[in-house]
Amino acid sequence: MAAAFDIGLIVLLVGIGAWMIVVRDVVVATIIFVVFGLLMAIAWVRLSAVDVALTEAAIGSGITGTLLLGAAARLKGADAGGTRLSFPITVVAAVLCAMISASLAAVALLLTYPAPTLAPMAMQNLDQTGLGNPVAAVLFAYRALDTLLEKVVLLLALVGVWSLAPDRAWRGVPSLDTTVPPSDILAFFAQILPPFGIVFAIYMTWTGASNPGGAFQGGTVLAVMWLLVMMAGVMRAPSISNVWLRWLLVAGPALFLIVGFTGVFIADGFLAYPPAYAKALIVAVEAALAVSIAATLGLLAAGPPERMQQK
Amino acid sequence: MTTATLFGLCSSALVGLGLFGVIVDPHPLRKILAFNLLGSGVFLLFGVVARRGAAAGLGGDPVPQALVITGIVVAFAATALAVALVLRLFEPEAGNAVESEATSAGLEVDGGRS
Repeated sequence: MAAAFDIGLIVLLVGIGAWMIVVRDVVVATIIFVVFGLLMAIAWVRLSAVDVALTEAAIGSGITGTLLLGAAARLKGADAGGTRLSFPITVVAAVLCAMISASLAAVALLLTYPAPTLAPMAMQNLDQTGLGNPVAAVLFAYRALDTLLEKVVLLLALVGVWSLAPDRAWRGVPSLDTTVPPSDILAFFAQILPPFGIVFAIYMTWTGASNPGGAFQGGTVLAVMWLLVMMAGVMRAPSISNVWLRWLLVAGPALFLIVGFTGVFIADGFLAYPPAYAKALIVAVEAALAVSIAATLGLLAAGPPERMQQK
Repeated sequence: MTTATLFGLCSSALVGLGLFGVIVDPHPLRKILAFNLLGSGVFLLFGVVARRGAAAGLGGDPVPQALVITGIVVAFAATALAVALVLRLFEPEAGNAVESEATSAGLEVDGGRS
């Protein structure tokens, strides 16, 4: 039964993936991509990775879908076709890609048991972090440096997106309202959903310490709520030179860095926590990160500023 | 065949499909979509490795799982940057603006002074 479900899911995933590649219309391809992301989330649950499933559903499908749908709608008029490859080259590419698939499949089939694993070590040291969720412990304690650098990558990506603003719109606001026509139903949902979304995001960030969830997932839900109210025109998009906004963007990484350097003096080293305060410090960092992630992801999806703020 | 092996085969198919799309599809936005498909395949392979490392009462090795979470977020950031670049590239007046600036400066593109 379980195997039949898995096989069905895999056939769907591969079939939908192939459909996305061959379908002609860009908007249709993007919608297929969103569906694909949701199916991927189910695949992650089947692989016992609930934290990843939540991330995939929120980021991989939800916010990436919003971003790509907006872009597809705006590119509709533009002639972004480019030239198609000739048939023989396409066939050669298909054969080479099939070979790569075949070799990866061989690797997947030939992997030996017992598999190498760090799970016992992660569980052994879990007490010292005060956390109950081993994935959160990896993200914020064992491999905290990765998480810190990832936040910096997010900020760099945002700087990259902003730097694409035309000169006249620098210090302006991203225009979200041109991609989505204002409609009553959207404004209605933008007023009803955010209270629930915000409570859910706070819960997700809080419970991430001991259950699946965490700052990434919570922050993404917050970002989606923010995008929703901006798209519906309930709240204006902020000017990118807003001082508060910039503080929100750096608050999470900054607190993470401060806590990291404090670790040099009160614990074993950079990004180490004293066991007695580990959980409190990690939850504080997660809370600040959730806010920063929400601001960064929301602005990344909103795109570069395009016009000056109307006074 | 175990769940992990089945999804391993799935991930290899997705990587191939995604790579094919990146190479063959001329539309830049579709290239980004295909690249995300390729990325999903790679992430899934990580998930398979994590699932195989199930031990100590956990359903999977938490280390690759955490890496995938980081990867998904970074993939989104890269996608957002790529989409912004594509939109700027195909903006109706973008090309003209650069051209007209260049002509008004006597075909001399002087970024520092203008």
